[in-house]
Amino acid sequence: MRIGLDIGSTTLKCVVFDENENLLYNEYERHFSMIREKAVDMLKRIKDKFPGRKMNLAISGSAGMGIAQNAGIDFIQEVYATKTAVDRFIPGTDVVIELGGEDAKIIFLDGTLEVRMNGSCAGGTGAFIDQMASLLSVDALKLNDLAKKAEKIYTVASRCGVFAKSDIQPLLNQGAKKSDVAASIFAAVVNQTIAGLAQGREIKGKIVYLGGPLTFFSQLRESFDKSLKTTGIAPDNSLFYVAMGTALLSDGEKTSIDELIEKLENAESEAEYKSSDPLFENEKEYEDFKNRHARNSVKETDSADEIYLGIDAGSTTIKAVAIDKDGAVLTSQYMPNHGNPVLHIRNFLESFYKNYPDTKIKSSAVTGYGEEIIKNAFGIDFGIVETMAHFIAAKNFCNDVDFIIDIGGQDIKCFKIRNGVIDNIFLNEACSSGCGSFLQTFAGALGYSIEEFAKLGLFADKPVDLGSRCTVFMNSSVKQAQKDGATIENISAGLSSSVVKNAIYKVIRASGADDLGQNIVVQGGTFHNDAVLRAFEKEISRNVIRPSISGLMGAYGAALYAKSRCTKPSEIITPDKLSTFEHKAHAITCKGCSNNCKLTINEFSNNKKYISGNRCEKPITNSKAADESLNMFSFKRNLLENYKSTNSVRGRIGIPMGLNMYEMLPFWHTFFTKLGFEVVTSPKSTHKLYRSGQHTIPSDTVCYPAKLIHGHIEALLQENLDAIFYPCLGYNFDEEKSNNHYNCPVVAFYPEVIQANTPGLKDTKFIYNYLGIHRRKDLTPRVHKMMCDNFGKFTKSEIKNALDCAYDEYYSYLARIEKEGSRLLEYAEKENKPVIILCGRPYHIDPEICHGIDTLVSSFGAVIVTEDAVCRKVDKFEVNVLNQWTYHSRLYLAAKYAAEHKNVNLIQLVSFGCGVDAITTDEVRAILEAGNKIYTQIKIDEITNLGAVKIRLRSLFAALEQEAE
Amino acid sequence: MEYKINRIEYTEEMDKEYTILIPNMLDVHFSFIQNLLEQDGHKVVLLKNEGRAVVDAGLKYVHNDTCYPALLVIGQFIDALQSGEFDVNKVAVMITQTGGGCRASNYLHLLRKALAKAGFPQVPVISLNVAGLEKNSGFKLSLPLIRKAMAAVVYGDMLMLLRNQVRPYEINAGDAEKLREHYTQKLCDDFTQSKGFTKKEMQENLKEMVRTFSEIPMEKTPKIKVGIVGEIYVKYSSLANNNLEDFLHEQGCEVDVPGLLGFLTFYIGNKLEEIKLYGGNKIKEFILEQVRVYLTGIEKIMIDVINEDGTFTAPMPFRKVHALAAQAISYGCDMGEGWLLTAEMMELIEHGYKNIVCAQPFGCLPNHIVGKGMIRKIRELYPDSNIVPIDYDPGATKVNQENRIKLMLAVAKENMQKENK
Repeated sequence: MRIGLDIGSTTLKCVVFDENENLLYNEYERHFSMIREKAVDMLKRIKDKFPGRKMNLAISGSAGMGIAQNAGIDFIQEVYATKTAVDRFIPGTDVVIELGGEDAKIIFLDGTLEVRMNGSCAGGTGAFIDQMASLLSVDALKLNDLAKKAEKIYTVASRCGVFAKSDIQPLLNQGAKKSDVAASIFAAVVNQTIAGLAQGREIKGKIVYLGGPLTFFSQLRESFDKSLKTTGIAPDNSLFYVAMGTALLSDGEKTSIDELIEKLENAESEAEYKSSDPLFENEKEYEDFKNRHARNSVKETDSADEIYLGIDAGSTTIKAVAIDKDGAVLTSQYMPNHGNPVLHIRNFLESFYKNYPDTKIKSSAVTGYGEEIIKNAFGIDFGIVETMAHFIAAKNFCNDVDFIIDIGGQDIKCFKIRNGVIDNIFLNEACSSGCGSFLQTFAGALGYSIEEFAKLGLFADKPVDLGSRCTVFMNSSVKQAQKDGATIENISAGLSSSVVKNAIYKVIRASGADDLGQNIVVQGGTFHNDAVLRAFEKEISRNVIRPSISGLMGAYGAALYAKSRCTKPSEIITPDKLSTFEHKAHAITCKGCSNNCKLTINEFSNNKKYISGNRCEKPITNSKAADESLNMFSFKRNLLENYKSTNSVRGRIGIPMGLNMYEMLPFWHTFFTKLGFEVVTSPKSTHKLYRSGQHTIPSDTVCYPAKLIHGHIEALLQENLDAIFYPCLGYNFDEEKSNNHYNCPVVAFYPEVIQANTPGLKDTKFIYNYLGIHRRKDLTPRVHKMMCDNFGKFTKSEIKNALDCAYDEYYSYLARIEKEGSRLLEYAEKENKPVIILCGRPYHIDPEICHGIDTLVSSFGAVIVTEDAVCRKVDKFEVNVLNQWTYHSRLYLAAKYAAEHKNVNLIQLVSFGCGVDAITTDEVRAILEAGNKIYTQIKIDEITNLGAVKIRLRSLFAALEQEAE
Repeated sequence: MEYKINRIEYTEEMDKEYTILIPNMLDVHFSFIQNLLEQDGHKVVLLKNEGRAVVDAGLKYVHNDTCYPALLVIGQFIDALQSGEFDVNKVAVMITQTGGGCRASNYLHLLRKALAKAGFPQVPVISLNVAGLEKNSGFKLSLPLIRKAMAAVVYGDMLMLLRNQVRPYEINAGDAEKLREHYTQKLCDDFTQSKGFTKKEMQENLKEMVRTFSEIPMEKTPKIKVGIVGEIYVKYSSLANNNLEDFLHEQGCEVDVPGLLGFLTFYIGNKLEEIKLYGGNKIKEFILEQVRVYLTGIEKIMIDVINEDGTFTAPMPFRKVHALAAQAISYGCDMGEGWLLTAEMMELIEHGYKNIVCAQPFGCLPNHIVGKGMIRKIRELYPDSNIVPIDYDPGATKVNQENRIKLMLAVAKENMQKENK
């Protein structure tokens, strides 16, 4: 007999074959990280079933490697096991798609065997689906039922759970239907699998679905079928293919099952993981710690005639606090929002009116993600941006607070206070959020409540050192620690520390306590957790203040704000109206402009309507969008749109509108037009366009602007062109403000990636010569050769003339931008309007890349200029880094300009995965801070959580206002 | 608030009493370089500190999205400075600066920023570059020194190659390693006496190496042959790649890691290529051509010696590697490891190392193009190639990386069995 044991990240699977490869037995269970014990139990059950038989055993699975090694049992790589089983039982299979707890794989069996596994940055797996289900407060199977009723699909990022969460949460908060969200989650997994794993190879032929998620969720299979335009096979035992393959591959001498059990039981784990100091040495230390923090309590009261209500409608939880005129808390509530903040606030208000019939609400304020919807639904008097609410609350506990850190359910907010003004704001980027919900997820996965789980870590002797990374990475770090024998206590303590490290080093990017401040107030639900608090104090070697209501600070601050602003009677919903309160939501797509925002229309029984998902005021007020004449992004877009195609004499040339073409179009358009070519530019970027080129993207971690190029090329391939022109430009123009003038490697050489990965180019000429636009004289003969090689005869002077015109046009294009910049700056000065330099790269003006953030900034009444409009107004200066990329040197110059001009501030757009911006962001920040300006960075990717961007912008504008006062 | 961090020049004065710290990338090569610098009159320490402390120092003082090599090298310096082992007022640090469009040219500046942040603003940072980027009166690269360094690279490459080709087959485990250590020591002694740098001496030394290595008792059982390519630091440094070579060895593979000489030739060749593509200075072109010819010359010595003996597989001449690349990528693609990385994969496949680990730092920009970006093309050209790209960064875990490599090995094993049938 042969046994195959598949030890996955979350489950154990086991099969037994007889000599003729008949399946005698199979079993499946979750192991909750008690791998060895559960495996031994499983073998014992097999022993009972088949007493006295000799067996071959092999182990497989992502968590099986260590135990196999220690026990001296054969290990079979799991993908290889799958392949073996599929070869045997479903011959003729072309492609296997296998999703597991934390792994996703595609195995191509036709032709050369090729296997794709998810990289170190990839979600879209069972754990991801579980996480999303808990976000919707349903179990995973219910998710499947929900998805059956879906009417529409939202775009949800599935790169990792954290990303998706920040897409889904706002959808839920804005009232999107759970069924639609459920289907969107499955679609996201499909999208991630195909985009992230197939990487250029088409999935076609006989397709087999394996693994837990594809076994349990019919809707996921359906979603795959739809996307692949085929019907895949879900075989019997689809859960057990790895185990089956493992059993088939097991060889060597057969032994008795007792021997195998003994081997496993004696498998020693090497307790050699990296560890750090215990959080508390002993009980006494913990007692002292508790006593010290008990001092920061808020006053409470039993009754009040009048109260001020503060609500914090956060991303995963809702907090409400009622305070009396002295700031004492009458009542408070902390509840999970389960994707429906409106319902929970309604319940809270109902019980409040019931419990305190004689108390009058004098005034009310709301903050947080759900601010707008709650305000509209219940007639709350004031809205206040989260950062301000927290600051007001913190000041109440520590008047000279100079640093506040708030770790909430899924976001980390930190801000520095300088001279009584919020000075610098740090919010976690979507990718690095190791926050409250992160701990919760782990606790849940290991079978604990968050409170129990955190307590476990308090006295752990050797906390695991897990580093500071996002959830997906953390999963495998924990896996590794378990493999090395870390106890649950030590893992718990390690996770608490990692949350803290993540906040300090990744979000704040501080190098020590002094970087933070002297008087630090910590808040947010996650700091309720003593282990996290202690880890924080240990990490910065300084005691901090944790108010007793640390989880309620946003609401408390809102209540204080309501109190300070109260001038007239509150308009909050009355008990009568509340009893008949109703809330309906439906989704539409706004057709107001090219942003095509997915809107959710919320209607309330008070006849109030609230629209969410919008970038501008247009769908709400039905007016035209924010004044476009003050938005340089739209000015530049219009300029580029003017380069229309003319008649073709010599042929039709396609140009993909992406990356540096956003600046080079005037140049090449003029060049080719002068020579009598028709220039066809690829259409506007859309998500659909992106998807059309997705199958040719070889590296899933490259920036989104680069990924988009693939779609543009696909679009051009439909145009029946004579050639597609996309040259490699290692060097950019020398603007004489930097030490060198390169393009970044991706911009410079991306045509090579296109050339090597686009099958469609076999039938269309693709011109991607290396050209030196920075050496004008040397360029002519080279371009001449290129043109003659591809299109027949041209005279040198003809080419020279066309190039001269191209240079002229390019420079006049830049001049137009500069002129418009000057106009806007003068206008802002005269009208006393705030100016935002919204800077990045030329291609960031693509609405599919910047996601309409420019419109959003405009809606705050700011005048937007771009980096290329101001960079020539600043003299060259020395920076602390090697200033060697043309586009990036403009950022430093723009920062300098902002630093030196009142009323001018800067927001830097950074594409996720941009390696060069790891260098520029720190430098731009340093330049701004030297000029006492606030640095704001917005990370953008395929999908961007506009809710978070809004908070960031509001905080910035609130801080600027505060500063001005 | 003060914005600009002042650059401290490394002066002649300092050089009299300062110790220069250099990071480690390749044990043998860098021991040689250390030795050469000492003969040039400097006090030099080759840093060997590793472990979590290095990574943590890197994470603390370098932007976490910066490439892993920068994080490690800077982490290693800061960890060393904080260790108390050195007088931080009498120490300088040295780092290479290649001067291309890749982020790597910025390591020096990131290091300087990190030093300031960590409280060592007084420590001078010396740029080791041939591009004329930053100059220091206390440290100059002389032409003879460069020539010696090139010889050292050849020796290093040869020792790496011989060890890799003997180690999987040696009957007495450890023989190859012992011999490698012996030669490292011997050559350092030779260098101290200014011996070993002429072409003739090189030829003699290399011959002896090949002979003695071939005399190690070996048993030629069939092994899976795996090549390693990648971003230069991650490719070579065991600190960065979690002891990749040792892991592959434990899995019973023969490993080939293309040498450093090819990278130098590539680097020089690029300058020539750029002149061809974009235009440029004729004098510069002439000088560069001389260097290229010299490098080709010493490469030939090495290859001839190996081929004459016949026991081992010699590296492919650079000229041929260069020619191979043209099927996949253009020579203008020169940032980072550029087209060479693609070409090295092809070289390995042509030499029977069809299984390849392409090692890169997470988010490495050039590797999006020349590594991951070219794998599809290479598979088209060589359908039986078996390539796995592996990302390295402070968060990536060994278990994940090893699992992916094991998969590549399982496929390799199957292919090998098929071929033997």
